[in-house]
Amino acid sequence: MLNSPSLEPLLFELSDPGSASDYLPPLDVPEAPLPFATRAELDIPEVDEHSVVRHFTRLSQNTFSIDTHFYPLGSCTMKYNPKLNEAVAAMPGFASVHPLQAETTSQGWLEVLFRAQEVLAKIAGLDACTVQPLAGAQGEFCGLLMIRAYHNARGEADKRRRIVVPDSAHGTNPASAARCGYAVTTVKSNAEGGVDMDAMRAALKDDVAAVMITNPNTLGVFEAQIEELCTLAHENGALVYMDGANMNAILGQARPGDMGVDVMHYNVHKTFSTPHGGGGPGAGPVAVRSILEPFLPVPHVIQAESGEFAWDWDRPDAVGSLHGFRGNSGVILRALTYILRHGGEGLRQVSSDAVLSANYILARLKGTYETANPNGCKHECVLSASKLRSQYGVSAWDIAKRLPDYGFHAPTVYFPTIVKESMMIEPTETETKATLDAFCEAMLAIAEEAKNDPDLLHRAPLTMPVGRLDEANAAKCLNLCWTTPQAEEACESDGEPKREIAGAPTY
Amino acid sequence: MNTPTDLFYTESDEWLRREDDGLVTLGITDYAQGELGEIVYLELPEVGTSIVAGGSFGVAESVKAVGELHSPIAGEVVAANTDATENPGVVNESPFENGWMIRLKPSEELDTSSLMSAEQYAALRA
Repeated sequence: MLNSPSLEPLLFELSDPGSASDYLPPLDVPEAPLPFATRAELDIPEVDEHSVVRHFTRLSQNTFSIDTHFYPLGSCTMKYNPKLNEAVAAMPGFASVHPLQAETTSQGWLEVLFRAQEVLAKIAGLDACTVQPLAGAQGEFCGLLMIRAYHNARGEADKRRRIVVPDSAHGTNPASAARCGYAVTTVKSNAEGGVDMDAMRAALKDDVAAVMITNPNTLGVFEAQIEELCTLAHENGALVYMDGANMNAILGQARPGDMGVDVMHYNVHKTFSTPHGGGGPGAGPVAVRSILEPFLPVPHVIQAESGEFAWDWDRPDAVGSLHGFRGNSGVILRALTYILRHGGEGLRQVSSDAVLSANYILARLKGTYETANPNGCKHECVLSASKLRSQYGVSAWDIAKRLPDYGFHAPTVYFPTIVKESMMIEPTETETKATLDAFCEAMLAIAEEAKNDPDLLHRAPLTMPVGRLDEANAAKCLNLCWTTPQAEEACESDGEPKREIAGAPTY
Repeated sequence: MNTPTDLFYTESDEWLRREDDGLVTLGITDYAQGELGEIVYLELPEVGTSIVAGGSFGVAESVKAVGELHSPIAGEVVAANTDATENPGVVNESPFENGWMIRLKPSEELDTSSLMSAEQYAALRA
C-alpha cells in the first residue's frame, strides 16, 4: 500500500519522553490535587516544538489543496480563495470585536452583515435574506422551516407533508427534506438532462409543500423549463426552493427570483470564494420572497431611519434562531469582500468565465470520453468512462486514482448517480487556459494508458506517499484513533473494529 | 453478467424468487453489485415490517455510492439475511444465493406481469 518508505510518522511514534517544550512559569500558588488526570498521567506524546512544526509542515506538503493544485471537484466549486479576503477579515476593526459588544461600538460589523443581507437578496432577485445559517445544509433546513411556517400560517401545514425533488438535484436536498420530516418524491430527468415535466405534473398533488430544485442542475444543465415548473408549483399551492450551490454558473446573468423561485440558499464557499475548510466554519445565507420574510430566523440585522444598525430579535413569526450565537460573521465578511471587489460587472464575468472553462474542457475531452452534455454545459461538465470500462476494464475510480500522479486532484466520481462511470469536472473561473490544457492533456494521456496498460491504472496512484487504499476495509474497520499495532492486526484478521486504545484518553 | 433464469427482475436491479412455500425472496442482481462495488454496509428491515409496493426496504452502501433497495411488491418481512448485514461482502460474492436480502409474505398473489424475465433484464443491462 505504501509507495514511499518515508511516510510521515504519527506524533505518538515521534514521542520522546522528556523532550516536550514547557513554557509554563513555575508554580506560585499552593499545590492542590486536581480533580482530573494531569498531563503526566496521560499517554500524551512528548515531542519538541521544532519537531512538531516540521511534522505538520510535512503533512501539509503531502496534502492537495486549492493553493497547491488544480482541484476540479464537480459540484464543489473549488475556486481560488483570494488572499484579500483574509487580509480584510484580519483587520483589527473586525478581528478584535466581541460578538456581545454593544451595538453602538460594533456598527461596522453590523453594517457588513446588513449589506451582505441586501446584496445577496439582490443577486437572488428576491426581497430579503438571512446570513444566519452556518452552512448550506443548515440553509436548506432554515428554508424548509420557513416553508413549513408559511403553510402553517395558511392552515395547510398538516396537509402539505411532501417535498418533490428531481433526481438531478443535489443529494442534500432529499436528505434535508427527509431530515425535516417530509416525505420525498423523486422525479426523473428527461433525455436532455432536465426535469421531466410530465412526471413533475403527476407528482404535484395537493399534499406537496415545495419543490426543491437545483438550477443549473447537477448535470450542469440549466433547467430551461424553470418558469413553467415554478408556475405549476404555485398553481398547486406549493413553494419552490432552489439550491444555490450552482450559482457560479448564473451569477449576474439570471436571478432565481425572476424565474419564480421563492427561497434559495447560497453556498458562499462555492460562489463567493470563502474557504471550504474541511468542516470548519461555513455559511449558507438564505434569500426569500416577501411572502416568507416574516419567518426569517433571528437575529436579523436592520437599519433604523437614523442610519444606525441593530440586531432585531423582535420577530414574532420567525422560525427561531439557528444556533446559540450570531452566525459565522467572518465567513460572511469574506464573501462580501469578494462581491464588492468584483462589483456587478465583475460577478457577471465570473460566471461567463466559469462556463467558458467548463465548455473548453468538455470540447477537448468529449471525443475521448462520453458525455452527459452533448449540447454543452454550464459551469461543470459530466464525462463518463463507460467505454473505457467495457473495453479495457478501466473505471472512473481508476482514472481518479491516476490523476494525482499527473499533479491534479480528481474530479467528483460516481456522481451524479444517473450517469454511469461519471466524472464531474468543474474548473471554475479562476484557472488559466494553460492549467486547463495541462489537465486535458493528463486526461487524454490516461485514456491512452487505459488502452496500453490498464493494470497500471488499477495500481495508481504510483507517486503519492500512499498508493491504492483499501477503502472498503477502511469503511468497515473505521478507526480514527491511534491504536497499538496489535489492535490493528486484530482488526484486519477478524474485520471487527477495535475501540480499545492502550493508554489513550477516551472522549 | 450472471442472470439466473428462474428469477424475476426489476428495472432498479433487484431480483425476486417465488419460493415453494408462497414466500418471495428479494436481493440485488450481479449487475447491481458490480456497479456498486464492494458493499460495506447493508441495512435491512426488522422481521414483521410492512413493505409497500415500490417502497424502500433497505440501503446498500459501497465506497462509491449509497443505493436504496426497492421492493416491487407489498408484503410483510418474515426474514432478513443477518449474515449479509454482518458481512455485506457476501452480496458481492453471491448476489443470487447467500447474498439474498429479505423474504416477504406477499400481501396478494404475486403479479409477475410488471416484472422482467431474465432475458428481458439481460437485454436491459446488455
